[in-house]
Amino acid sequence: MADVQQDHGDEGKKGKPKKQSTHIDFTPMVDLGFLLITFFMLATTLVKPQTMEIVLPPSKDKIDIKDQPPVKASRAVTVILGKDNKLFYYEGGPVGGADPKAILSDYSPKGIRKYLIGRNISVVTKMRELKAKNAAKKMKPEDFENSKIEILKADRVSPIVIIKATNGANYRNLVDILDEMAICSIGSYSIVDITPYDLGLIKNLNN
Amino acid sequence: MPKVKVKRNNRPLDMAPMTDVAFLLLTFFMLTSNFTQKQPVKVDTPTSISEIKIPETNVMMILVDKSGKVFFNVDGQQTRMDVLKKMGATYKINFSDKELKEFAVMGSFGVPMNQMKTFLNMNPEDRDRSENALGIPCDSTDNQFKNWVSATRSVNTKAIIAIKGDRASTYPAIKKVMSSLQDINENRYNLVTGLEKESDF
Repeated sequence: MADVQQDHGDEGKKGKPKKQSTHIDFTPMVDLGFLLITFFMLATTLVKPQTMEIVLPPSKDKIDIKDQPPVKASRAVTVILGKDNKLFYYEGGPVGGADPKAILSDYSPKGIRKYLIGRNISVVTKMRELKAKNAAKKMKPEDFENSKIEILKADRVSPIVIIKATNGANYRNLVDILDEMAICSIGSYSIVDITPYDLGLIKNLNN
Repeated sequence: MPKVKVKRNNRPLDMAPMTDVAFLLLTFFMLTSNFTQKQPVKVDTPTSISEIKIPETNVMMILVDKSGKVFFNVDGQQTRMDVLKKMGATYKINFSDKELKEFAVMGSFGVPMNQMKTFLNMNPEDRDRSENALGIPCDSTDNQFKNWVSATRSVNTKAIIAIKGDRASTYPAIKKVMSSLQDINENRYNLVTGLEKESDF
């Protein structure tokens, strides 16, 4: 007969089995957790980009210059974006054969912004008051927007800016000037193709 | 005076609360994150004071890099597949299901239509190589960019157009994009900018 193996297991150690400690080392798990956090932090975009909205007229109803509603010369300001981050502006249009004088300026707060705010001071003050009011006690966002539009509509003297970019201008210049329009609360502005006439005006200032 | 005996604590430090914190943060980041989109070119946007945020869905993103190359991207896998089918029909290229699926999951692209098929059959790693960042033709002779936008518009009517230009890209390059959009009557669009604080003046 085969031997029955005898169990000697409980020889010597009698009584209670050894109690296992319930403590688990969590350190590797923490390591893992922080590793994943690091990954997610690096892989995400926290800052969402801003946008500025622009609306351009449809080209199909592109009307001839003659058919366009005439801009009152006293309100018109033409801004020309030149090369090497230069900027020129002139007021009105040709009067009685005499060309308007283009003035060299730049994109800094002391340049075009100072001039436009000077021209547009009544609207800018109203806008600032509105913004202060909005910041102080919570206006409804739609009320704020509506009052903004009302201020712009009520105005009859603020400059109308015509933006003309030369081929030497870059995208940053365009965004900068559109930004100035927002800062200076210019209600009406448009981006127009440059004409040889304008190029002639800035020719001697360009160098 | 008897010395104050500091009780020695030799037990291992309990890491469980730390794990809790770590995983809580992990959960937060996982839920709030939207991954950085891979872009074929580096675009350094100009800054503006505008505070309007760009929506996360239904966006046609148009990238214009320094040299004026145009790249296009639209979200939504189904939209992308439909757009590619439409473009295939326009340019008489037949895309297989596999190619459509590949197109659905990739990011911005800038390849002319005649190279689209080879591009889609490449390894995803090879697609990122700089020689494949050709730009979508956007000239008056061959304006594929216009067709991309109108194809997308016909598939997704709600999509908004966002132009992300590099600050150094020239005005003629941007103008080409803008007038292409004007031609197909897309007159409302967004320029993507970074945030700039409105300085006191």
